[in-house]
Amino acid sequence: MAWLLEPWSMGFMRDGLLASLVAGLSCALLGVYVVFRRMAFAGEAMSHTTLPGLVLAQMQGWSLACGALASNLATAIGIAVLSSGASRRRGVREDATIGVVFTGMFALGVILMSFGGSWRDFSHLLLGNILSVTPSDLWFMVGAACAIVMTLVLLHKELELSSYDAHYADLIGIGASRMRMIVLVLVALAVVSGVQVVGVILTSALLVTPAATAAMFARRLIPLMAISVAVSWTAIVVGLYLSYFCSLPPGATIVALAALIFVCAWTWRRIVGA
Amino acid sequence: MKIECLAYGGRHLHAPDPAAPALRLADVTVGYRGIATPVLSGVSFTLPVGARLALVGPNGSGKSTLLKTIAGLIPCNRGEIGVFGLQVRACHHRTSYLPQREEIQWHFPVTVERFVLGGRFVHCGWLTKPDSADHAVVAATLQELDIVSIAREPIDQLSGGQQQRVMLARALAQGSDLLLLDEPLNAVDAATRTLVGRVLARLQKEGKSMLVSTHDVGTHDQPFDGVLLLEHGTVREVAHGVAS
Repeated sequence: MAWLLEPWSMGFMRDGLLASLVAGLSCALLGVYVVFRRMAFAGEAMSHTTLPGLVLAQMQGWSLACGALASNLATAIGIAVLSSGASRRRGVREDATIGVVFTGMFALGVILMSFGGSWRDFSHLLLGNILSVTPSDLWFMVGAACAIVMTLVLLHKELELSSYDAHYADLIGIGASRMRMIVLVLVALAVVSGVQVVGVILTSALLVTPAATAAMFARRLIPLMAISVAVSWTAIVVGLYLSYFCSLPPGATIVALAALIFVCAWTWRRIVGA
Repeated sequence: MKIECLAYGGRHLHAPDPAAPALRLADVTVGYRGIATPVLSGVSFTLPVGARLALVGPNGSGKSTLLKTIAGLIPCNRGEIGVFGLQVRACHHRTSYLPQREEIQWHFPVTVERFVLGGRFVHCGWLTKPDSADHAVVAATLQELDIVSIAREPIDQLSGGQQQRVMLARALAQGSDLLLLDEPLNAVDAATRTLVGRVLARLQKEGKSMLVSTHDVGTHDQPFDGVLLLEHGTVREVAHGVAS
């Protein structure tokens, strides 16, 4: 059984595991709202729109997490503001707004990359490099996870109500737009954590796949979140083992495993017919 | 004890005028930017406290828009709306709005009991949880609407009639004095129609005021105190003392 402990004898693997579990927790919890509020496209967009912030931060020697967060917060606020009047026929629909902001920000990131030297220098931003996580990255992820968990607990009833009945949330003064903005900001925090694990391109998988898997097994919010976290952590732990013993890229292996769990769960549900 | 600063959007902070009608609209006009013709034009009427008014009219006449405007979901471009003598939104913990079924995201993972408990949230406010009194109100409401057996079911499993009962249960659980009901009998079975009629009659006896949007007043078992005919966004006729 010594082989089971072997990967964790190395500091960079331990830090990588811890960072992945924390980022996985943030993404899996919030992923339930992303899936059931039908915001998967927004999650995908948020991960891609970190690119200009990440590239600028790397070129200037700033913290990558801060660069990604600034980029994502600008995106979240931009989406919320531009689509805020859509229900009253005054704004652009949210999906169209996301499409515009997402591609615009990603294009800006690519342009910035062209000023910054070799494309290879930025490959870790696109595909993640969890095994080189720094203590400051780790602290950022822990802080983001705490903020997400606290918000989900303190605003549980408001987030829940505005998710299934935006009109009623508006009527009683909660404000559906305010809640949507909060969800987008939380998604921004989760995505910045996830980007460090699996990179810009694959982060939305950490948000969507565990929650989509959980949706096949539970119909209440808390059990859904528990299953979503379990799926995410299983993919992360097994993925890091596979990465270590088979020399596979860790981020991509984690995402591929999460997708495999989803397919297995879907197949099992079809077989048992439930 | 409820803490005022935690009330959603200032709800609970204004005392209603006891002499004012439940609802008073004066020359209300509602339109959307970029569309020349207003959806509602110069709508005026009064709903006395304890009265039940039917809002009838063809599809597209503006019935849902009128209810949403009174509920504060759509701003009016001109005119005044008074709810118990206060401006729209000032005392909306006393106003329930029953939307059409399509406006709810039924796929969201909450149980029937939790959905109905949502009617109590306005009395809780930020950072507070519903207490035992709130849960007792929900239990009594589930009993009255005959949905105790499905209380633990997720809302995505409900039939159309059950969805209508669950939405009405939430409106009742709120304990409001003015109910804005958008097509409460639309596509429901006979048992649900009878039950809803009985509940609305009970509410009226208790002095609640109601504005009920409907295609056909004949589908309602209980008589209305008046009928408001809306055509092309304008009130064409107000008839009082109309039986069903």
